[in-house]
Amino acid sequence: MKVLVGLGSCGIAAGGRKVLESINDAVAQNNLNISVEPTGCVGMCFHEPLVDVIDGDKKYTYGHVNAEIAKKIVENHLVNGQPLTEYIIYTSEEPDAYVKNQLKVALENCGQINPEDIDDYLEIGGYGALEKVLKSMTQEEVIEEMKISGLRGRGGAGFPTWFKWDAALKANGTEKYVVCNADEGDPGAFMDRSVLEGDPHKLIEGMIICGYAMGSHHGVIYCRAEYPLAIKRLNIAIEQATKRNYLGDNILGTGFNFDLRIKMGAGAFVCGEETALIESLEGKRGMPRLKPPFPAQSGYWRKPTNINNVETFANVSWIISHGPEKFAAIGTEKSKGTKVFALSGKIKLGGLAEIPMGVTLRDVIFGIGGGIKGDKKFKAVQLGGPSGGCLPESLLDTPVTYEDLSKTGAIVGSGGMVVMDETTCIVDVTKFFLQFTCNESCGKCTYCRIGTKRMLQILEKITEGNGTMEDLDELEALALSVKDASLCGLGQTAPNPVLTSLKYFRDEYIAHIVDKKCPAKKCTALLTYKINTEKCTGCTLCARKCPVQAIDGSVKKPHVINQDKCIKCGNCYTACKFGAVEL
Amino acid sequence: MCNNCKSEEMVNNFKDEAIDTSLLKPVLEKYGKVKGSLINILQATQDIYGYLPLQALNYISDNTDNKKSVIYGVATFYTQFRLKPIGKYLILQCQGTACHVNGSKEVSQALREELKILPGETTQDGMFTLEDVSCLGCCSLAPVMMINGEAYGNLTPAEAVNIIRNIRKEDVA
Repeated sequence: MKVLVGLGSCGIAAGGRKVLESINDAVAQNNLNISVEPTGCVGMCFHEPLVDVIDGDKKYTYGHVNAEIAKKIVENHLVNGQPLTEYIIYTSEEPDAYVKNQLKVALENCGQINPEDIDDYLEIGGYGALEKVLKSMTQEEVIEEMKISGLRGRGGAGFPTWFKWDAALKANGTEKYVVCNADEGDPGAFMDRSVLEGDPHKLIEGMIICGYAMGSHHGVIYCRAEYPLAIKRLNIAIEQATKRNYLGDNILGTGFNFDLRIKMGAGAFVCGEETALIESLEGKRGMPRLKPPFPAQSGYWRKPTNINNVETFANVSWIISHGPEKFAAIGTEKSKGTKVFALSGKIKLGGLAEIPMGVTLRDVIFGIGGGIKGDKKFKAVQLGGPSGGCLPESLLDTPVTYEDLSKTGAIVGSGGMVVMDETTCIVDVTKFFLQFTCNESCGKCTYCRIGTKRMLQILEKITEGNGTMEDLDELEALALSVKDASLCGLGQTAPNPVLTSLKYFRDEYIAHIVDKKCPAKKCTALLTYKINTEKCTGCTLCARKCPVQAIDGSVKKPHVINQDKCIKCGNCYTACKFGAVEL
Repeated sequence: MCNNCKSEEMVNNFKDEAIDTSLLKPVLEKYGKVKGSLINILQATQDIYGYLPLQALNYISDNTDNKKSVIYGVATFYTQFRLKPIGKYLILQCQGTACHVNGSKEVSQALREELKILPGETTQDGMFTLEDVSCLGCCSLAPVMMINGEAYGNLTPAEAVNIIRNIRKEDVA
């Protein structure tokens, strides 16, 4: 028997460490000889903390475990062999819908192995692909397999991976670099964190194979500083891989050398853009370079450099071991393989889901994610973060592929899927994205630096109730100009949330401008707070919380809000214990 | 990200206090000669002092090939770097999309009221610093905050305040 406790950042945030301690204590108390190990995130963040009990071929997964339940699991299941059915969410024999509808390639080991132990990875065939590549394949053969597989970059733009590798191989020079972009800065995306924390060796193996294919002996992982656990586990993995000679000189006796180091990012969204990332690697402000020359010709220290993101590298060893044809058989004609999506927002089951490309948005959100929290009405799904777009219900049957999504104005992007219900204001969310891109603009291009600011100002004007219909035309014109005139992906895609929301949710803008109303009741300046005299008990709490003394009334008598004085801060609304303050 | 370019205001952006610059020697020994390692040097400096003191930056400039203007440029470009000291507990409030949709504004408001500071500021007793960050990558637990590296998820305004109060209590005990 073996016990696994989910200790990704999500598991830890939900209390996983206490669960692990409790299990360890109970195992020791009962003198059991059972290995209890931490594992990464299996993607079911909504059920954390998770505990797996593996008994021969059977696996039982317990959800929402706390220290007490953990102790019970040990006493009943491990000691007496009686699974605690009331806490089991699924078993290997009866997987639930969230698990059944997925197909795991990049995430196949996350939540299954101990990421801090290389032997766990080796036991399931880890580094087998590397050995095969180094001992029996030429550089061109590796690139040919990538070509057959049809793997495209999973970080945003979806550029064919083989093409970048091939360009780097053909570039002049002997000093070349492999860089992994682990600067997952898209708010709403966390699949790379899951791989880094849950299966770091898979990333390392993919990078070494890439290094071999393009003739590079040096790799760098550019990882964001906001992921301390990922950095810790990567460091452990690099140390272990070096000890076992999967990294270093003369790898596995084949004469191939490859070293790998981590460079910690310092917090700048623009560094997700590859040339800005290179500038940052060189210790400078992360401001994008002009392309061409492309990094494949002139990248890190002006040497040929190939940059892929974490999820892309995580697919590589699978393609080599299972064969590129098998990978190409998954997905659609132009979008092959699987893609990991991070489901969050107003969704019932928020977590990571890896799906074959071509499945519809509806299947992902309702089939896997279980639909909307509190059974409210679906309003929109935001794909691809601040570079992506908001899609309405009428587009839910769009297949998830690079081509189909870009036709709608959204993008696959890094795979963030933030679901919104009727209580989310689209104008407010668009403003939120513009605030983000405006803050993160590096300032190099005028259109991005000033254009995003101007768009933000128009959106602020609209949400404050001062917008005019002409503002919408200006907003659209600005958006198109920023898209055209910006140098890098950040600026070119920053207008996408504006353009898609104007296209699909124009009514909501008009409600803000013409009717001076926010249908979702989010934009405070457009709300009117009123006290329902029938519900008000005259407890005086709201009057005491009001910062501008706008509420009148005596004790045990209904209170009234003086609309002329009210600054719409919402304090009374949150303070009232009787739901008497209404919007 | 560039805030302003007036030199007087630039100096005001720093906290200039006496520090022990000898602590920087091992850092410069390790990175001083490695090209492109200014960010590493600044990260190590911030690890030592908790922020980037003006004296330390001057010391780095005097002892490496980096001009003061370049150091200032890098130190103000990245959100990780701070020019002023932080409290014992650093609270990072996630302002990502999922958190925004799930009520991070209200949580943030409650924290501001409890601590009586705005994001970017430190409480008078030097206990807490409040900062906004773009995304902590724990979106399915939104809204989230991270205190000294530990993530807290599914927050409500009341819970966030409770967590702060508990830290205060435990710190005294």
